[in-house]
Amino acid sequence: MTTLSRRDTMALGLGALAAAFVLPKVAVAATDDAIAAFTGGASVGQGGITLTAPEIAENGNTVPIEVSAPGAEAIMVLAAGNPNPDVATFNFGPLSGAQSASTRIRLAETQDVVAIARMGDGSFVEARQEVKVTIGGCGG
Amino acid sequence: MARGFRSGGAAALALVLAAPLAGADEVIDDELVINGEIPIVTQAPAPEHVEAFSVIRSGWTFRSPETQAMEMDDFDNPAILGVEAARDDFDASLGANGESCASCHESPEDLAGVRAVYPKWDDAAGEVQTIEMQVNECVTERMGAEAWPYDASRMVNMSALMSFVSRGEIVNVAIDGPAAETWQQGKDMYYTRYGQLELSCANCHEDNYDNMIRADHLSQGMVNGFPTYRLKNTKLNSVHNRFKGCIRDTMAQTFSPGSPEFVALELYVASRGNGLSVEGPAVRN
Amino acid sequence: MADNVKPRVRVPSSATAGEVVTIKTLISHQMESGQRKDDAGNVIPRSIINRFVAAYNGETVIDVTLEPAISTNPYFEFQAKIPESGTMTFTWYDDDGSVYEDSQEITVG
Repeated sequence: MTTLSRRDTMALGLGALAAAFVLPKVAVAATDDAIAAFTGGASVGQGGITLTAPEIAENGNTVPIEVSAPGAEAIMVLAAGNPNPDVATFNFGPLSGAQSASTRIRLAETQDVVAIARMGDGSFVEARQEVKVTIGGCGG
Repeated sequence: MARGFRSGGAAALALVLAAPLAGADEVIDDELVINGEIPIVTQAPAPEHVEAFSVIRSGWTFRSPETQAMEMDDFDNPAILGVEAARDDFDASLGANGESCASCHESPEDLAGVRAVYPKWDDAAGEVQTIEMQVNECVTERMGAEAWPYDASRMVNMSALMSFVSRGEIVNVAIDGPAAETWQQGKDMYYTRYGQLELSCANCHEDNYDNMIRADHLSQGMVNGFPTYRLKNTKLNSVHNRFKGCIRDTMAQTFSPGSPEFVALELYVASRGNGLSVEGPAVRN
Repeated sequence: MADNVKPRVRVPSSATAGEVVTIKTLISHQMESGQRKDDAGNVIPRSIINRFVAAYNGETVIDVTLEPAISTNPYFEFQAKIPESGTMTFTWYDDDGSVYEDSQEITVG
Protein backbone atom coordinates (compact mmCIF):
# COMPACT_ATOMS: atom_id res chain seq x y z
CA MET A 1 0.00 0.00 0.00
CA THR A 2 1.31 3.40 -0.91
CA THR A 3 0.69 6.46 1.15
CA LEU A 4 1.26 9.85 -0.39
CA SER A 5 3.40 12.16 1.72
CA ARG A 6 2.54 15.81 1.88
CA ARG A 7 5.47 16.49 -0.46
CA ASP A 8 4.21 13.91 -2.99
CA THR A 9 0.80 15.48 -2.90
CA MET A 10 2.26 18.91 -3.51
CA ALA A 11 4.35 17.57 -6.36
CA LEU A 12 1.25 16.09 -7.95
CA GLY A 13 -0.48 19.40 -7.54
CA LEU A 14 2.39 21.21 -9.19
CA GLY A 15 2.36 18.71 -12.02
CA ALA A 16 -1.31 19.33 -12.61
CA LEU A 17 -0.70 23.06 -12.44
CA ALA A 18 2.09 22.74 -15.00
CA ALA A 19 -0.13 20.66 -17.26
CA ALA A 20 -2.83 23.28 -17.02
CA PHE A 21 -0.38 25.87 -18.35
CA VAL A 22 1.28 23.67 -20.92
CA LEU A 23 -1.86 22.52 -22.74
CA PRO A 24 -3.10 25.94 -23.83
CA LYS A 25 0.45 26.76 -24.94
CA VAL A 26 0.24 24.04 -27.57
CA ALA A 27 -2.86 25.67 -29.00
CA VAL A 28 -1.27 29.09 -28.78
CA ALA A 29 1.80 27.79 -30.61
CA ALA A 30 -0.36 26.26 -33.34
CA THR A 31 -2.18 29.56 -33.75
CA ASP A 32 1.10 31.48 -33.85
CA ASP A 33 2.42 29.02 -36.45
CA ALA A 34 -0.70 29.45 -38.58
CA ILE A 35 -0.38 33.24 -38.37
CA ALA A 36 3.32 33.08 -39.26
CA ALA A 37 2.57 30.85 -42.24
CA PHE A 38 0.00 33.38 -43.47
CA THR A 39 2.06 36.52 -42.84
CA GLY A 40 5.51 35.11 -43.58
CA GLY A 41 6.56 36.57 -40.24
CA ALA A 42 5.60 40.15 -41.10
CA SER A 43 4.30 42.32 -38.26
CA VAL A 44 0.55 42.50 -37.83
CA GLY A 45 -1.23 45.79 -37.16
CA GLN A 46 -4.64 46.70 -35.84
CA GLY A 47 -7.56 48.49 -37.46
CA GLY A 48 -9.10 48.23 -40.88
CA ILE A 49 -10.57 44.83 -40.14
CA THR A 50 -13.82 43.96 -38.41
CA LEU A 51 -14.73 40.62 -36.89
CA THR A 52 -18.36 40.18 -35.85
CA ALA A 53 -19.14 37.23 -33.60
CA PRO A 54 -21.54 36.64 -30.71
CA GLU A 55 -20.18 37.30 -27.21
CA ILE A 56 -21.89 34.10 -26.10
CA ALA A 57 -22.53 31.29 -28.57
CA GLU A 58 -25.69 29.34 -27.83
CA ASN A 59 -24.05 26.23 -29.25
CA GLY A 60 -20.40 25.84 -30.22
CA ASN A 61 -21.39 23.66 -33.17
CA THR A 62 -22.75 26.55 -35.18
CA VAL A 63 -21.37 30.00 -34.42
CA PRO A 64 -22.13 32.70 -36.99
CA ILE A 65 -19.23 35.04 -37.76
CA GLU A 66 -18.57 37.81 -40.25
CA VAL A 67 -15.23 39.26 -41.33
CA SER A 68 -14.70 42.46 -43.27
CA ALA A 69 -11.51 44.25 -44.32
CA PRO A 70 -12.00 46.77 -47.14
CA GLY A 71 -9.10 46.49 -49.57
CA ALA A 72 -7.96 43.06 -48.37
CA GLU A 73 -6.70 40.38 -50.73
CA ALA A 74 -7.39 37.62 -48.25
CA ILE A 75 -8.70 37.10 -44.73
CA MET A 76 -7.72 34.12 -42.61
CA VAL A 77 -9.90 33.06 -39.67
CA LEU A 78 -8.49 31.07 -36.75
CA ALA A 79 -10.04 29.61 -33.61
CA ALA A 80 -7.20 29.75 -31.12
CA GLY A 81 -8.68 27.20 -28.70
CA ASN A 82 -9.71 24.50 -31.15
CA PRO A 83 -7.68 21.27 -31.46
CA ASN A 84 -6.70 22.60 -34.87
CA PRO A 85 -6.93 26.40 -35.02
CA ASP A 86 -7.48 26.67 -38.78
CA VAL A 87 -11.04 27.67 -39.74
CA ALA A 88 -11.09 29.21 -43.21
CA THR A 89 -9.27 31.55 -45.56
CA PHE A 90 -11.25 33.85 -47.83
CA ASN A 91 -9.37 34.91 -50.98
CA PHE A 92 -11.08 37.80 -52.76
CA GLY A 93 -11.00 37.88 -56.56
CA PRO A 94 -11.31 40.76 -59.03
CA LEU A 95 -15.12 40.60 -58.97
CA SER A 96 -15.41 40.64 -55.20
CA GLY A 97 -17.93 43.36 -54.38
CA ALA A 98 -16.68 43.93 -50.84
CA GLN A 99 -13.92 42.22 -48.94
CA SER A 100 -16.26 40.64 -46.45
CA ALA A 101 -17.81 37.25 -45.85
CA SER A 102 -20.06 35.46 -43.36
CA THR A 103 -20.03 31.81 -42.39
CA ARG A 104 -20.80 29.46 -39.47
CA ILE A 105 -17.99 27.86 -37.50
CA ARG A 106 -17.32 25.27 -34.79
CA LEU A 107 -15.77 26.31 -31.50
CA ALA A 108 -14.74 23.58 -29.09
CA GLU A 109 -14.73 25.83 -26.02
CA THR A 110 -14.63 29.45 -24.93
CA GLN A 111 -11.77 31.05 -26.85
CA ASP A 112 -10.52 33.86 -29.06
CA VAL A 113 -11.55 33.94 -32.69
CA VAL A 114 -8.86 35.67 -34.75
CA ALA A 115 -9.19 37.24 -38.20
CA ILE A 116 -6.08 38.40 -40.09
CA ALA A 117 -6.23 40.27 -43.38
CA ARG A 118 -3.53 40.54 -46.00
CA MET A 119 -4.08 43.99 -47.47
CA GLY A 120 -3.48 45.11 -51.06
CA ASP A 121 -0.16 46.73 -50.07
CA GLY A 122 1.13 43.51 -48.49
CA SER A 123 0.61 44.62 -44.90
CA PHE A 124 -1.34 42.61 -42.32
CA VAL A 125 -3.97 43.59 -39.78
CA GLU A 126 -5.85 41.52 -37.25
CA ALA A 127 -8.95 41.58 -35.09
CA ARG A 128 -9.79 39.16 -32.35
CA GLN A 129 -12.74 38.55 -30.11
CA GLU A 130 -13.47 36.16 -27.31
CA VAL A 131 -16.53 33.97 -27.85
CA LYS A 132 -17.91 32.23 -24.78
CA VAL A 133 -19.14 28.76 -25.60
CA THR A 134 -21.72 27.49 -23.16
CA ILE A 135 -21.90 23.93 -21.96
CA GLY A 136 -25.44 22.72 -22.38
CA GLY A 137 -27.74 22.25 -19.43
CA CYS A 138 -29.87 19.33 -20.47
CA GLY A 139 -29.67 19.67 -24.19
CA GLY A 140 -31.74 16.52 -24.55
CA MET B 1 -27.44 40.41 -36.03
CA ALA B 2 -28.48 44.01 -36.45
CA ARG B 3 -31.23 43.58 -33.89
CA GLY B 4 -30.83 44.74 -30.35
CA PHE B 5 -30.48 42.81 -27.15
CA ARG B 6 -33.61 40.96 -26.17
CA SER B 7 -35.34 40.91 -22.84
CA GLY B 8 -33.91 38.72 -20.13
CA GLY B 9 -35.39 36.94 -17.13
CA ALA B 10 -36.62 39.89 -15.13
CA ALA B 11 -38.35 41.44 -18.08
CA ALA B 12 -40.00 38.16 -18.93
CA LEU B 13 -41.22 37.78 -15.37
CA ALA B 14 -42.80 41.18 -15.76
CA LEU B 15 -44.34 39.88 -18.96
CA VAL B 16 -46.00 37.02 -17.16
CA LEU B 17 -47.30 39.30 -14.47
CA ALA B 18 -48.52 41.90 -16.93
CA ALA B 19 -51.89 41.90 -18.63
CA PRO B 20 -51.60 39.43 -21.50
CA LEU B 21 -51.17 41.31 -24.75
CA ALA B 22 -50.28 44.83 -23.73
CA GLY B 23 -47.50 43.54 -21.52
CA ALA B 24 -46.27 41.19 -24.18
CA ASP B 25 -46.01 43.94 -26.74
CA GLU B 26 -44.06 46.11 -24.38
CA VAL B 27 -41.58 43.53 -23.28
CA ILE B 28 -40.56 41.51 -26.29
CA ASP B 29 -40.46 43.95 -29.13
CA ASP B 30 -38.75 41.85 -31.77
CA GLU B 31 -41.14 40.01 -33.96
CA LEU B 32 -40.67 36.95 -36.06
CA VAL B 33 -41.59 37.47 -39.69
CA ILE B 34 -40.18 34.72 -41.87
CA ASN B 35 -38.84 35.82 -45.27
CA GLY B 36 -40.31 39.23 -44.54
CA GLU B 37 -43.73 37.83 -45.42
CA ILE B 38 -44.96 35.19 -42.96
CA PRO B 39 -45.79 36.76 -39.59
CA ILE B 40 -45.45 34.26 -36.76
CA VAL B 41 -47.34 34.57 -33.49
CA THR B 42 -44.62 33.86 -30.92
CA GLN B 43 -46.62 34.88 -27.85
CA ALA B 44 -50.31 34.69 -27.12
CA PRO B 45 -52.73 34.59 -24.22
CA ALA B 46 -52.58 31.15 -22.65
CA PRO B 47 -55.44 28.82 -23.49
CA GLU B 48 -57.89 28.18 -20.65
CA HIS B 49 -56.60 24.68 -20.02
CA VAL B 50 -53.09 25.98 -19.27
CA GLU B 51 -53.56 27.39 -15.81
CA ALA B 52 -49.92 28.02 -14.99
CA PHE B 53 -49.36 30.73 -17.61
CA SER B 54 -51.10 33.90 -18.63
CA VAL B 55 -48.97 34.18 -21.75
CA ILE B 56 -47.59 31.34 -23.83
CA ARG B 57 -44.33 31.85 -25.72
CA SER B 58 -42.70 30.05 -28.58
CA GLY B 59 -39.25 28.62 -27.92
CA TRP B 60 -38.00 31.20 -30.43
CA THR B 61 -38.42 33.94 -27.80
CA PHE B 62 -35.93 32.17 -25.51
CA ARG B 63 -33.10 31.85 -28.04
CA SER B 64 -30.12 34.11 -28.68
CA PRO B 65 -30.37 36.80 -31.39
CA GLU B 66 -28.05 34.74 -33.63
CA THR B 67 -30.19 31.60 -33.36
CA GLN B 68 -33.36 33.65 -33.82
CA ALA B 69 -31.92 35.22 -36.98
CA MET B 70 -31.32 31.81 -38.57
CA GLU B 71 -35.06 31.30 -38.66
CA MET B 72 -36.00 34.65 -40.18
CA ASP B 73 -34.96 33.77 -43.72
CA ASP B 74 -35.47 30.35 -45.25
CA PHE B 75 -32.12 30.54 -46.93
CA ASP B 76 -30.41 30.85 -43.56
CA ASN B 77 -32.45 27.99 -42.05
CA PRO B 78 -30.73 24.63 -42.68
CA ALA B 79 -34.01 22.81 -41.86
CA ILE B 80 -35.19 23.78 -45.32
CA LEU B 81 -32.75 21.21 -46.75
CA GLY B 82 -35.02 18.59 -45.17
CA VAL B 83 -38.13 20.29 -46.53
CA GLU B 84 -36.69 20.16 -50.04
CA ALA B 85 -35.77 16.50 -49.69
CA ALA B 86 -39.37 15.80 -48.59
CA ARG B 87 -40.74 17.61 -51.66
CA ASP B 88 -38.86 15.11 -53.83
CA ASP B 89 -40.30 12.26 -51.77
CA PHE B 90 -43.78 13.75 -52.05
CA ASP B 91 -43.71 13.28 -55.82
CA ALA B 92 -42.01 9.86 -55.83
CA SER B 93 -44.13 6.73 -56.37
CA LEU B 94 -43.81 4.27 -53.57
CA GLY B 95 -44.86 0.69 -53.16
CA ALA B 96 -46.99 -1.69 -55.18
CA ASN B 97 -49.75 0.71 -56.16
CA GLY B 98 -47.52 3.09 -58.12
CA GLU B 99 -48.90 6.01 -56.16
CA SER B 100 -47.18 9.00 -54.64
CA CYS B 101 -48.36 11.55 -52.07
CA ALA B 102 -49.02 13.77 -55.09
CA SER B 103 -51.50 11.22 -56.53
CA CYS B 104 -54.03 12.32 -53.90
CA HIS B 105 -52.68 15.64 -52.65
CA GLU B 106 -51.62 17.58 -55.69
CA SER B 107 -48.96 19.58 -53.89
CA PRO B 108 -47.73 19.84 -50.31
CA GLU B 109 -49.39 23.26 -50.22
CA ASP B 110 -52.76 21.47 -50.55
CA LEU B 111 -52.13 20.27 -47.01
CA ALA B 112 -51.72 23.79 -45.59
CA GLY B 113 -53.36 24.00 -42.19
CA VAL B 114 -53.13 20.30 -41.42
CA ARG B 115 -50.23 20.65 -39.01
CA ALA B 116 -52.15 23.20 -36.94
CA VAL B 117 -54.77 20.65 -35.80
CA TYR B 118 -52.51 17.63 -35.24
CA PRO B 119 -52.33 15.37 -33.29
CA LYS B 120 -55.97 14.66 -34.04
CA TRP B 121 -58.60 12.01 -33.33
CA ASP B 122 -59.05 9.65 -36.29
CA ASP B 123 -62.48 8.00 -36.34
CA ALA B 124 -61.55 5.14 -38.65
CA ALA B 125 -58.46 4.25 -36.65
CA GLY B 126 -60.22 4.87 -33.36
CA GLU B 127 -57.21 6.68 -31.94
CA VAL B 128 -55.40 9.98 -31.79
CA GLN B 129 -52.97 10.25 -34.68
CA THR B 130 -49.87 12.32 -35.17
CA ILE B 131 -48.77 13.63 -38.58
CA GLU B 132 -46.25 10.79 -38.74
CA MET B 133 -48.96 8.17 -38.13
CA GLN B 134 -51.12 9.76 -40.82
CA VAL B 135 -48.18 9.73 -43.27
CA ASN B 136 -47.62 6.06 -42.54
CA GLU B 137 -51.32 5.33 -43.06
CA CYS B 138 -50.96 6.77 -46.57
CA VAL B 139 -47.65 5.01 -47.20
CA THR B 140 -48.90 1.57 -46.17
CA GLU B 141 -52.63 1.54 -46.95
CA ARG B 142 -52.82 3.72 -50.05
CA MET B 143 -49.42 3.16 -51.58
CA GLY B 144 -48.88 -0.40 -50.43
CA ALA B 145 -45.35 0.36 -49.28
CA GLU B 146 -43.46 -0.54 -46.12
CA ALA B 147 -44.11 1.80 -43.21
CA TRP B 148 -41.41 4.38 -42.65
CA PRO B 149 -39.66 4.09 -39.28
CA TYR B 150 -41.27 6.69 -37.03
CA ASP B 151 -38.12 8.68 -36.42
CA ALA B 152 -36.25 8.12 -39.71
CA SER B 153 -34.90 11.21 -41.41
CA ARG B 154 -37.29 10.63 -44.29
CA MET B 155 -40.23 10.82 -41.90
CA VAL B 156 -38.85 13.83 -40.02
CA ASN B 157 -38.35 15.59 -43.35
CA MET B 158 -41.95 14.89 -44.42
CA SER B 159 -43.20 16.09 -41.06
CA ALA B 160 -41.09 19.24 -41.56
CA LEU B 161 -42.69 19.78 -44.95
CA MET B 162 -46.14 19.51 -43.34
CA SER B 163 -45.12 22.20 -40.84
CA PHE B 164 -43.56 24.32 -43.58
CA VAL B 165 -46.77 24.58 -45.61
CA SER B 166 -48.75 25.50 -42.48
CA ARG B 167 -46.41 28.17 -41.17
CA GLY B 168 -48.27 31.11 -39.73
CA GLU B 169 -51.50 29.13 -39.18
CA ILE B 170 -52.67 29.22 -35.58
CA VAL B 171 -52.26 26.00 -33.62
CA ASN B 172 -55.69 24.75 -32.64
CA VAL B 173 -55.53 21.17 -31.41
CA ALA B 174 -58.82 19.66 -30.24
CA ILE B 175 -58.73 18.39 -26.67
CA ASP B 176 -62.35 17.43 -26.15
CA GLY B 177 -64.67 14.79 -27.57
CA PRO B 178 -63.00 11.51 -28.44
CA ALA B 179 -59.51 13.03 -27.95
CA ALA B 180 -60.21 13.90 -24.31
CA GLU B 181 -59.03 10.62 -22.86
CA THR B 182 -55.69 10.68 -24.71
CA TRP B 183 -55.29 14.34 -23.80
CA GLN B 184 -55.80 13.54 -20.11
CA GLN B 185 -53.22 10.76 -20.39
CA GLY B 186 -50.76 13.26 -21.85
CA LYS B 187 -51.54 15.79 -19.14
CA ASP B 188 -50.96 13.19 -16.44
CA MET B 189 -47.58 12.40 -18.02
CA TYR B 190 -46.68 16.09 -18.12
CA TYR B 191 -47.02 16.29 -14.35
CA THR B 192 -45.44 12.90 -13.57
CA ARG B 193 -41.94 12.96 -12.15
CA TYR B 194 -39.65 10.64 -14.10
CA GLY B 195 -36.23 9.18 -13.49
CA GLN B 196 -33.68 9.28 -10.73
CA LEU B 197 -33.80 13.07 -10.84
CA GLU B 198 -37.57 12.91 -10.28
CA LEU B 199 -38.35 15.65 -12.76
CA SER B 200 -41.63 16.20 -14.53
CA CYS B 201 -42.01 18.24 -17.70
CA ALA B 202 -43.66 20.88 -15.51
CA ASN B 203 -40.71 21.17 -13.12
CA CYS B 204 -38.59 22.68 -15.88
CA HIS B 205 -40.97 24.10 -18.45
CA GLU B 206 -43.69 25.42 -16.13
CA ASP B 207 -42.04 26.12 -12.78
CA ASN B 208 -38.70 27.29 -14.15
CA TYR B 209 -39.09 28.56 -17.66
CA ASP B 210 -36.94 31.62 -18.35
CA ASN B 211 -34.46 30.43 -15.71
CA MET B 212 -31.11 28.96 -16.64
CA ILE B 213 -30.48 25.24 -16.24
CA ARG B 214 -26.70 25.39 -16.24
CA ALA B 215 -26.11 27.26 -19.50
CA ASP B 216 -29.49 26.62 -21.11
CA HIS B 217 -32.27 29.14 -21.13
CA LEU B 218 -35.34 27.07 -20.24
CA SER B 219 -38.34 27.58 -22.50
CA GLN B 220 -41.99 26.80 -21.91
CA GLY B 221 -41.45 23.59 -23.86
CA MET B 222 -43.79 24.51 -26.71
CA VAL B 223 -43.70 22.26 -29.77
CA ASN B 224 -45.10 24.66 -32.40
CA GLY B 225 -41.60 24.92 -33.92
CA PHE B 226 -41.20 21.18 -34.54
CA PRO B 227 -39.66 19.42 -36.28
CA THR B 228 -36.72 21.59 -35.31
CA TYR B 229 -33.20 21.95 -36.68
CA ARG B 230 -30.96 21.81 -33.64
CA LEU B 231 -27.53 23.39 -33.59
CA LYS B 232 -26.55 20.66 -31.13
CA ASN B 233 -26.83 17.82 -33.65
CA THR B 234 -27.16 19.85 -36.87
CA LYS B 235 -30.22 18.01 -38.12
CA LEU B 236 -33.99 18.01 -37.97
CA ASN B 237 -35.40 16.54 -34.78
CA SER B 238 -38.92 15.21 -34.25
CA VAL B 239 -41.05 16.13 -31.25
CA HIS B 240 -40.84 12.57 -29.96
CA ASN B 241 -37.07 12.57 -30.30
CA ARG B 242 -36.98 15.70 -28.14
CA PHE B 243 -39.31 14.11 -25.55
CA LYS B 244 -36.99 11.12 -25.47
CA GLY B 245 -33.99 13.36 -24.81
CA CYS B 246 -35.76 15.17 -21.98
CA ILE B 247 -36.92 12.00 -20.24
CA ARG B 248 -33.52 10.36 -20.71
CA ASP B 249 -31.92 13.35 -19.03
CA THR B 250 -34.06 12.78 -15.95
CA MET B 251 -32.13 9.47 -15.82
CA ALA B 252 -35.21 7.44 -16.62
CA GLN B 253 -35.99 4.64 -19.01
CA THR B 254 -37.62 6.58 -21.78
CA PHE B 255 -40.49 5.79 -24.14
CA SER B 256 -39.93 5.24 -27.85
CA PRO B 257 -40.74 7.70 -30.63
CA GLY B 258 -44.17 6.68 -31.93
CA SER B 259 -45.22 5.02 -28.66
CA PRO B 260 -48.80 5.63 -27.43
CA GLU B 261 -47.33 7.47 -24.43
CA PHE B 262 -45.51 9.99 -26.62
CA VAL B 263 -48.55 10.39 -28.87
CA ALA B 264 -50.58 11.34 -25.82
CA LEU B 265 -47.86 13.66 -24.54
CA GLU B 266 -47.57 15.31 -27.96
CA LEU B 267 -51.32 15.96 -28.03
CA TYR B 268 -51.22 17.55 -24.59
CA VAL B 269 -48.07 19.61 -25.19
CA ALA B 270 -49.30 20.73 -28.61
CA SER B 271 -52.57 21.88 -27.02
CA ARG B 272 -50.62 24.04 -24.55
CA GLY B 273 -49.52 26.00 -27.61
CA ASN B 274 -53.02 26.62 -28.96
CA GLY B 275 -52.87 30.24 -30.07
CA LEU B 276 -49.24 30.31 -31.26
CA SER B 277 -48.39 29.97 -34.95
CA VAL B 278 -47.14 26.83 -36.56
CA GLU B 279 -43.47 27.79 -36.79
CA GLY B 280 -41.69 24.60 -37.82
CA PRO B 281 -39.28 23.73 -39.08
CA ALA B 282 -37.67 26.07 -36.56
CA VAL B 283 -34.06 26.51 -35.44
CA ARG B 284 -33.16 25.85 -31.81
CA ASN B 285 -29.96 25.25 -29.86
CA MET C 1 -19.51 11.21 -53.29
CA ALA C 2 -20.85 11.91 -49.83
CA ASP C 3 -24.56 11.19 -49.40
CA ASN C 4 -27.30 13.65 -50.30
CA VAL C 5 -25.05 16.58 -51.07
CA LYS C 6 -27.26 19.33 -52.39
CA PRO C 7 -26.16 22.90 -53.10
CA ARG C 8 -28.46 25.89 -52.67
CA VAL C 9 -27.57 29.37 -53.89
CA ARG C 10 -29.34 32.69 -53.69
CA VAL C 11 -28.42 35.13 -56.44
CA PRO C 12 -30.46 38.07 -57.73
CA SER C 13 -31.74 37.44 -61.26
CA SER C 14 -30.98 40.99 -62.39
CA ALA C 15 -28.63 43.83 -61.54
CA THR C 16 -27.51 47.19 -62.85
CA ALA C 17 -24.08 47.44 -64.48
CA GLY C 18 -21.39 47.59 -61.79
CA GLU C 19 -23.84 46.80 -58.98
CA VAL C 20 -22.61 44.98 -55.90
CA VAL C 21 -24.99 42.13 -55.03
CA THR C 22 -25.24 39.81 -52.03
CA ILE C 23 -24.81 36.10 -52.67
CA LYS C 24 -25.72 33.35 -50.21
CA THR C 25 -24.77 29.68 -50.54
CA LEU C 26 -25.53 26.60 -48.47
CA ILE C 27 -24.60 23.02 -49.22
CA SER C 28 -25.81 19.95 -47.35
CA HIS C 29 -22.68 18.20 -46.09
CA GLN C 30 -21.79 16.49 -42.83
CA MET C 31 -18.32 18.11 -42.63
CA GLU C 32 -16.93 15.21 -40.61
CA SER C 33 -14.12 16.86 -38.69
CA GLY C 34 -11.82 13.89 -38.08
CA GLN C 35 -12.00 14.71 -34.35
CA ARG C 36 -14.99 12.56 -33.51
CA LYS C 37 -15.08 8.91 -32.46
CA ASP C 38 -17.70 6.31 -33.25
CA ASP C 39 -19.42 4.13 -30.63
CA ALA C 40 -16.54 1.64 -30.77
CA GLY C 41 -14.03 4.39 -29.98
CA ASN C 42 -12.51 4.56 -33.45
CA VAL C 43 -11.78 7.97 -34.94
CA ILE C 44 -14.25 8.77 -37.73
CA PRO C 45 -12.05 9.85 -40.64
CA ARG C 46 -12.16 13.45 -41.78
CA SER C 47 -14.46 14.07 -44.75
CA ILE C 48 -15.12 17.70 -45.55
CA ILE C 49 -15.58 20.14 -48.36
CA ASN C 50 -12.16 21.79 -48.45
CA ARG C 51 -12.61 24.51 -51.04
CA PHE C 52 -15.41 26.69 -52.40
CA VAL C 53 -15.11 29.01 -55.40
CA ALA C 54 -17.60 31.50 -56.81
CA ALA C 55 -16.78 33.03 -60.20
CA TYR C 56 -18.64 35.31 -62.59
CA ASN C 57 -18.07 34.88 -66.31
CA GLY C 58 -14.89 33.03 -65.39
CA GLU C 59 -13.49 35.72 -63.07
CA THR C 60 -13.09 34.89 -59.40
CA VAL C 61 -15.39 36.50 -56.86
CA ILE C 62 -14.26 34.53 -53.82
CA ASP C 63 -12.11 31.45 -53.29
CA VAL C 64 -12.43 29.93 -49.83
CA THR C 65 -10.27 27.34 -48.11
CA LEU C 66 -12.40 25.40 -45.63
CA GLU C 67 -11.07 23.56 -42.59
CA PRO C 68 -12.89 21.06 -40.35
CA ALA C 69 -13.97 23.95 -38.09
CA ILE C 70 -16.57 25.00 -40.66
CA SER C 71 -20.01 23.84 -39.43
CA THR C 72 -22.15 21.09 -40.95
CA ASN C 73 -23.98 22.33 -44.06
CA PRO C 74 -21.40 25.02 -44.95
CA TYR C 75 -22.94 28.46 -45.36
CA PHE C 76 -21.36 31.51 -46.99
CA GLU C 77 -22.56 35.02 -47.63
CA PHE C 78 -20.47 37.46 -49.66
CA GLN C 79 -20.63 40.33 -52.16
CA ALA C 80 -20.06 40.22 -55.92
CA LYS C 81 -19.60 43.02 -58.44
CA ILE C 82 -21.67 42.50 -61.60
CA PRO C 83 -20.18 44.36 -64.61
CA GLU C 84 -22.39 42.81 -67.31
CA SER C 85 -24.92 40.02 -67.92
CA GLY C 86 -23.53 36.56 -67.37
CA THR C 87 -23.31 33.44 -65.26
CA MET C 88 -22.28 33.02 -61.66
CA THR C 89 -20.75 29.60 -61.11
CA PHE C 90 -20.31 27.91 -57.75
CA THR C 91 -17.97 24.97 -57.15
CA TRP C 92 -17.46 22.94 -53.98
CA TYR C 93 -14.53 20.51 -53.71
CA ASP C 94 -14.94 17.45 -51.47
CA ASP C 95 -12.07 15.62 -49.71
CA ASP C 96 -13.16 12.48 -51.57
CA GLY C 97 -12.51 14.11 -54.95
CA SER C 98 -16.16 14.89 -55.69
CA VAL C 99 -16.94 18.28 -57.17
CA TYR C 100 -20.38 19.85 -56.75
CA GLU C 101 -21.47 22.65 -59.05
CA ASP C 102 -24.31 25.09 -59.41
CA SER C 103 -24.79 28.19 -61.55
CA GLN C 104 -27.17 31.09 -61.90
CA GLU C 105 -27.73 33.68 -64.63
CA ILE C 106 -27.75 37.39 -63.89
CA THR C 107 -29.20 39.85 -66.40
CA VAL C 108 -27.88 43.39 -66.49
CA GLY C 109 -30.52 45.62 -68.01
